[in-house]
Formats: sequence, C-alpha cells, structure tokens
Amino acid sequence: METVVFALLNGLIYGLLLFMLSSGLTLIFSMMGVLNMAHASFYMLGAYFAFTLGQHTGFWFALFLAPICVGAAGACVEKWGLRKVHARGHVAELLFTFGLAYVIEELVKIVWGKFAVAYEIPPELNYSLFELFGSQYPAYRIFMLAVSIAMLAGLWYLLKRTRIGLIIQASLTHPHMVSHLGHNVPRIFMLVFAAGCALAGLAGVIGGNYLVTEPSMAFSIGPIVFVVVVVGGMGSLEGAFIASLLIGFLQTFAISIDSSFAEIFSFAGLSADGDIGRITIASLAPMLPFLLLVLMLMLRPRGLMGEREF
Amino acid sequence: MTDYSLDRVPDLAPSVRYKFATRVLPLLLLALILLSIPLFEPSRTWLSLFNAIGINMVFALSYNMLLGQAGMLSFGHAVYFGLGGYAAMHGMNAIENASYDGGLWAAFPMFALPLVGFAGGALAGAVIGWPSCRRAGVPFAMISLGIAELVAAAGFMFISVFGGEEGITGDRMNGVELFGLSLGPLGEVYWFIAFWTFLGVALMYAFTRTPLGKLAQAVRDNPERVQFVGYNPNRVRYLVFIAAGGFAGLAGGMSAVNYEIFTPESLSVIPSGLVLLMAFIGGARYFAGPILGAVVLTYMQSNLSDYSEAWLLYLGLLFIGMILFAPGGLAGLLLSGTTALRQSLSGKGLVRAGAFAISALLSATGVIVLVELAVRHSNGFGEAFEPFSFHLAPDQMMPWAVGLVLAGVGIGSLKVLSRQGGMGS
Repeated sequence: METVVFALLNGLIYGLLLFMLSSGLTLIFSMMGVLNMAHASFYMLGAYFAFTLGQHTGFWFALFLAPICVGAAGACVEKWGLRKVHARGHVAELLFTFGLAYVIEELVKIVWGKFAVAYEIPPELNYSLFELFGSQYPAYRIFMLAVSIAMLAGLWYLLKRTRIGLIIQASLTHPHMVSHLGHNVPRIFMLVFAAGCALAGLAGVIGGNYLVTEPSMAFSIGPIVFVVVVVGGMGSLEGAFIASLLIGFLQTFAISIDSSFAEIFSFAGLSADGDIGRITIASLAPMLPFLLLVLMLMLRPRGLMGEREF
Repeated sequence: MTDYSLDRVPDLAPSVRYKFATRVLPLLLLALILLSIPLFEPSRTWLSLFNAIGINMVFALSYNMLLGQAGMLSFGHAVYFGLGGYAAMHGMNAIENASYDGGLWAAFPMFALPLVGFAGGALAGAVIGWPSCRRAGVPFAMISLGIAELVAAAGFMFISVFGGEEGITGDRMNGVELFGLSLGPLGEVYWFIAFWTFLGVALMYAFTRTPLGKLAQAVRDNPERVQFVGYNPNRVRYLVFIAAGGFAGLAGGMSAVNYEIFTPESLSVIPSGLVLLMAFIGGARYFAGPILGAVVLTYMQSNLSDYSEAWLLYLGLLFIGMILFAPGGLAGLLLSGTTALRQSLSGKGLVRAGAFAISALLSATGVIVLVELAVRHSNGFGEAFEPFSFHLAPDQMMPWAVGLVLAGVGIGSLKVLSRQGGMGS
C-alpha cells in the first residue's frame, strides 16, 4: 500500500515534468515536422540559467526569467539555424538539432564546468508538507505539482480558448491558408518554437534542483521525451499528456519493485538461473520506455491519440 | 524514310579509360598508400593511429551504406559494430581454448576473425532490421534510437555474454598463422588491418555497382517510383541494412583483434553518434566521403584532444557548419574547390574562392580564440592561451576583443560573399 501511494505520487510528478518537456516538443513536431533532438538541451539550459540567475535575483525571479531567456535562445536557433535547413528536408533538420545538442552540452561544460552545480531547492520550500505512512513528504514536490498543473491549465486555455491558439491550431493543419489570410506563418513557427523551448526551460527550472543539474542531464532525459511524443501521437497534446503519465508511472513503479526474475519465476514454479534470473525489475526500469517506443512504432505507428502517421 | 541503324547511335557507355580512371584507379591508389605506409617506418603511436583509422573507415563506410546510399538515418549503427565485435571476441577465445583442447576452432586462423564479426553483424542486422526496416525516414531513425538504447542497456545486464562493465578480453596470438603473421607486434597488426580495410572498402565499392546498390539509391531518391517499377522498397532497405550490419561487424572484428578487448560501451549511442558525424562531415553523398571523415575525425579524436579540452565543441560546430553551409561535406568542398580551380583560372573566380577561404579562416581563428579563452577562464587556473608564442591571457580585455573582431569580420565577410552568389551549395 505504502509503495503504491508513494509510487503514484512520484510517478504523477515525474509524469507532469515529462509532459512539460514533451508538450513543447510535440507542438514543434506537429507544426514543423521536425523532431527536435536538442529539446532536452533547452531543458538543461533552463536549469543552468535558473542556477546563475538565482544567485543574483533569488529563485522566484529566476522561475520567470530563466524560461524567457531559454525561449529567446530557442527563437534565435529557429531564425538563424533551423529555418535555413528546413528546405533540405526532415533528415537534415534532425541532423542539425542533433549537432546542436552536442554543441549546447559542450558549451555548458565550458561555462559551468564538467560537474554538477549546487542548484538547490529554495529554503522557503525546503520542508516537509505532510506525513504519509510515517515518511515525510517534501513540500517542493507538491510545488512542482502545482506549477505543472498551472502550466497545463494555462496551455490548454491559450490553445483552445484564445485567438492566438486558434491561429496556431490552424497553422498546424493549414499553413498555406493561414498565410493567405495575412498571418506571418514563419513568425508563428518561430514563436511556437520559442514557446516550446521556454516550456522546456521551465521544466528545467523546477526539475533541475529536484533531480541533478549536470551537463549530462539533457542526454539522460532527451530520449525519454521522444518516447513520450512518439507514443502519444503526432500533434496530440492529449496523447502526450497520457503518454507522459504512463511513462512516469511505469518507471516509478518498476523502480519500486525490487524483485528479480529468479524470484518471480520461482513464484510461478519455474526456475531461472544465470543472467536472466539476476535481472531485477528495478534495473529494467530505464529500458521500459524504449521497449514501449519500439513496440508502438511497429504496431501502431500513429501513436495513442495521433491523427496521422508521421 | 531515314534508317536509324544501330551503328549510327553514338556509344553512350563510358569508355574503358574513363571506367578505369574512376573505378579502378582510386582503389589502386588506396592499396598503394596502404602498402607504402610501413616504408616510412612510422612510430608506434602513428601505427596505432593508422589502425584506428582503418577500423573507422570500414565502420563509417558501412554507415554510409544506410545514410548516403539508401537514405536511412540511423542513430544506432554501433549496435552492429559492437555485436560483430563481440562475436569476434568470443571467436578469439574459442580459438584460444581450442588450441589447448583441440576442436573445430583450432583450424580457424586468427587472421580471418573479421569474417566472424561480419557474420555476427549481418545476423544482428537481419534480426533487428526485420521490424525496423518496415518504416523509413523519421520513424526509422526513432526505432534505431530505441533499439540502440535497449541493446546498450542489455549489454550491461547479460554479463556472461558481454562481460559486464569491464567487458571481455582475449589474446590474438593463438591459432593458425596466415601469411606468416603472428599478429603479436603492432607492425604485423598493421598488415592485418590494412588487408581488411582494403577488402572492406573494395567490397563496399563493388556493392554500390550491383543492381541492389543502384536500387538502394533509387529508394533513397524516390521510393514510390521504385514501387511502380515492381520492387518492394522495404525489402531493398532490409537487404541494404543486413549488408551494412555485416560490414559494421567486419569493422568490429578488426577492432576486436586490434584492441583485444570489447566493452558494452561500444554498443551505446555515443559511438553511434560519432560514426554519424564521420560519415556526414566527410560527405555522405560521395563514396569517398566517409573515408575522408574517418581520417579527419580519428586524427582529431586522438590528437586534438591533447591540445584542447573543447575539441568536441569544435567537432559539433564543424558538423553544424557543414549542415548549414556545405551539405556535401569535406568531399563536396574538395570537389567543388577543384572544379572551381579548373574552370576559372581566369582570375575572378580564383579571387572569390580565395576570399572565401580567407574569411572562413578568419572566422575559425576568431571562434577558436574565444573558445580557448573561455575554457581557460572557466577553469580558473590563471592559464593563458599561447598559440604560436602569442600570449593571450583570459583576464585581460584585449584577447577577447581580438577574438570577437576576428570572428565578426570573418563571419560578416562570409555573409557578404554568399549574398553575392552562393558557392558550392
């Protein structure tokens, strides 16, 4: 019972963090058809910007400033980089963002050093909010939950209830028609790219001190974000939301189960010696999203909620 | 009525001389280079560098069978290199065991071990390619990424096969000797690598001339029309994938004999990314591109990392610069440079090419100065950047200004030049 409740809570928080990352990526992906390999690098930039800004302005200002800086960086990348390779097809764009991920990681190593920086939870939130089954539950995690839900509500309102959202949705499916109506579609693309990067930056600000802020953080979470986008389906925020929670729960539950295959097999009356018996469910946790990715691409290529194959 | 008899149709086939110059001569040149390297009596460091270059050449060419020939972007090609290498490694240990207790492996020469790697890589390609080659483009790239992560994680889990963190080791000085090579000293390993490098390059070149190789290019350019002609593009992709896996495994087998160790890290996404960089920076559209890329990147990897901590940054910048401005890679640049030279010795074109080269050099120098200063500034040891007996200290304003001006002038003039009419791209 205990493990289930904790895994549910932690899975929810991890899932919402993943959604913050993947919502931007899936918007960019469905609008421009480019799967941004450097998206997680913007998440990393968010954490590092918040660390540096936080030293001067404090955490609360950094919470707003850092995503704006990351968004500006994203806009520059779109305007001076991605737009140029766009004409050469999706594979060239994929390669460009792949190279960009390399460059950002090396730049971060030069500016902030090769090791993790001491980006810490703000003292105002560094206490335990309530007690659950005898263990303290940190307030910061509930804060993360609140920020994620606020972002979710804001994004939903922006896309579904405002004129801007209407234009963005229209340029997803009918870019030519939107430009005939007099809207500057390349600028909309740039703004969506910047907004997506800013969301990733926000995820970095609140996730960087919850996890670790180090140069390899982009590399470790990046592939998982792809999995979310692909499993959720192209262009579907709802699908990305479901997939984020699914993977969040899947990973946290798998980590909390510490039994090995040998135990499971012996429970079922079988015996497993050697390597397979030694593998625990917990050690399989990092592999599960990729298994899901490969199965999904083979069996249902349009993902959970996608409208078209990509 | 005019009679168009056959003898009045001009002969469209390339002449024997042309065929020899474009198809046979480059391979002969490669063989000549490989044969002449030991004449210069290179030191041990150079020999091991040449061995690494040979392995990477075959690996990068096998990657380009996918990227350049069939248009399949893979983020997990090291899986086949690694699995082939592991197969060769187990073969090496089987030969060693058989040399004590006898058995089938006792008759297998160590020299032929890359064949085991080829078989291992091709088998892995046949198994993994079956599900992944049903999709092309971005889905294929994503599947390859997922499979690479899965295999890399499995590599650390199945200790009896992959040897866990420390990998498995072997001894190459066992079994039947071929060509009188014991494979003990580095000089003899060089002949082994040179032999297999030449064979791999020649076979992969021959592959591009086969109907399957031609079909692969057709699938890259227009899969729909290939379907109209009556071929199944997925099957073409699958067959090319198996062949590419096999040659990657061949490179893995060469690496197994050269280093006598294989670790699960060789299966991971990092070497997969590196081979992608090699093929692309060299020039994926040309057969010789990956060869160039392998030479340049392996040299950078082993030597530049001594000079600069930021060599990976330079690599990334080079890669991005290539994507943005020279999609043909180094091979494309060389080719357009030589044709420009040949066509426009008149003067104007030469001036333009020279201006391009100078401004590219200026901007590169500026960027290098800035990056090196930043590296030393963030290290905080108070070191200065001292190229060619200049003294550039990161705590002064002047060196930064010099770097900024150099980079600004270089990039600005590149922009002006490209606005006057693009070169190459």
